[in-house]
Amino acid sequence: MPKVTYIQPDGAEITLDARDGDSVMETAVKNGVRGIVAECGGACACATCHVFIDEAFTATVGEPGPLEDDMLDGAASDRQANSRLSCQVKMSAELDGLVVRIAPEQV
Amino acid sequence: MSDILIVGAGQAGMQIAVSLRDNGFDGRIELVGEEPHGPYQRPPLSKAFLHGSADIETLELRSPSFYVDNKIVMVPDEKVVSVDLSGERGLAVTDTGREIHFDKLALATGSTPRRLPIEGAELDGVLYLRGIADAVALKNHWDAAASVVVIGGGFIGLEVAAGARMDGKQVTVLEAADRLIARAVSPETSEFYRAAHERRGTSVRLGAKISRIVGDGTKVTGVELDGGEVVPADIVMVGIGVIARGELAEQLGLETVNGAIVVNEFAETSDPRVIAAGDAVLLPHPLGGDAQVRLESVQNAVDQAKTAAKTLAGVREPYRAVPWFWSDQADLKLQIAGLSTGYDQTVVRGTPDDESFSVLYYRDDRLIAIDSVNAVSDYMAVRKALGSGSTIPAELAHNLETPLKTLVVDS
Repeated sequence: MPKVTYIQPDGAEITLDARDGDSVMETAVKNGVRGIVAECGGACACATCHVFIDEAFTATVGEPGPLEDDMLDGAASDRQANSRLSCQVKMSAELDGLVVRIAPEQV
Repeated sequence: MSDILIVGAGQAGMQIAVSLRDNGFDGRIELVGEEPHGPYQRPPLSKAFLHGSADIETLELRSPSFYVDNKIVMVPDEKVVSVDLSGERGLAVTDTGREIHFDKLALATGSTPRRLPIEGAELDGVLYLRGIADAVALKNHWDAAASVVVIGGGFIGLEVAAGARMDGKQVTVLEAADRLIARAVSPETSEFYRAAHERRGTSVRLGAKISRIVGDGTKVTGVELDGGEVVPADIVMVGIGVIARGELAEQLGLETVNGAIVVNEFAETSDPRVIAAGDAVLLPHPLGGDAQVRLESVQNAVDQAKTAAKTLAGVREPYRAVPWFWSDQADLKLQIAGLSTGYDQTVVRGTPDDESFSVLYYRDDRLIAIDSVNAVSDYMAVRKALGSGSTIPAELAHNLETPLKTLVVDS
């Protein structure tokens, strides 16, 4: 199972085993990671699962699609170059060890 | 310390439990739901689940271990049939005869699809869509069906219709009113959806009057309209709205309107020991004013549940949230922010025929809502503006050269 680490705005960290194919958002929400709100449940409709991808993984994770890109423009925390909506990032062996920082404001 | 019983393990019930712990409540929490599954996401049932790209485990809102770790007693497959608040502590009885004692009660009983009261509605293949069991039944009929008739041109019916067309079925939508989604959107948006579904090969019949559903004795074969025409159907999917489940509230003598449980801005019912949240309630408009509204959405279930949990935990914080909603139909993403009820002006931004546009709603020159179709930036700008009490001047909003977020001004 690929591992993913979430870093809270206050620096607290948690590492979880993800189900292959589950999104970074689903892995967080099902295990009660705070700060990933994800009200729409992964439909790319709410921009409340905003994360910053650790530099070591930005190339592997890739760029947001056009819809996600527009959603990020309106996210509660200002977007950065490494911003993604975690519902659109699917876990895989390639992303084993992924580290994401949770955006301070989601709604 | 006190014990809280939450009746209804849907999105709202689950959120009340989670938010109680977030607010530091350390008493006992029992969450009882009548479905055989733990809390799960309903929106994908008409889309990803139906088309096989999401299974039941994917739909789970929390992993089973989450409830254990957070000391939430989650009991599926059991129905609370009676509640009594006449004693010092409350007492609930379930359909297994089990008694649950509690100090405070949360009703998150949700809603149930309105049934079609006509001849033939009991035939095999006449289906509704609310829970996993409904979705599994629909899925079981799906592959063998060449033709689908959707009764009711609202969100759920149109989502199923779009999926059926994508799977190559012959699809007819029968709507009694003179436009689609009439209760939630403006005539401009309704007309767009009629044309967009027609473009994708669905037959949309407005002002349709249905006389009965016909079958071969056991299985549905079609829908008969006034005048005798029969529209052939292997599946009839009925989506004509939902009814609030207020039975327990009525049993307790709480104030209800058409079954909907009346709550104040703190999610309190007419009895201070009982709070209620989600689809089952009638609540004060969450952006202020005198209106009472019912909001059948994930956003409301989640946000109002958070208010309810705070109230239970002793934190007085009124419910203020911008309502928002989405509906995915084929490749059309509809996003709605605000409530358009009572609007006196609309501004159309973009060209509906391009399948990317927005309708902004105004009342007394003040922005109150938006419908966006494949126009995410517009939607996000308006959602933010409504959240901060700002507006966008109506006379500038149509200009596509200017991003809406640059037009936001204090009102």
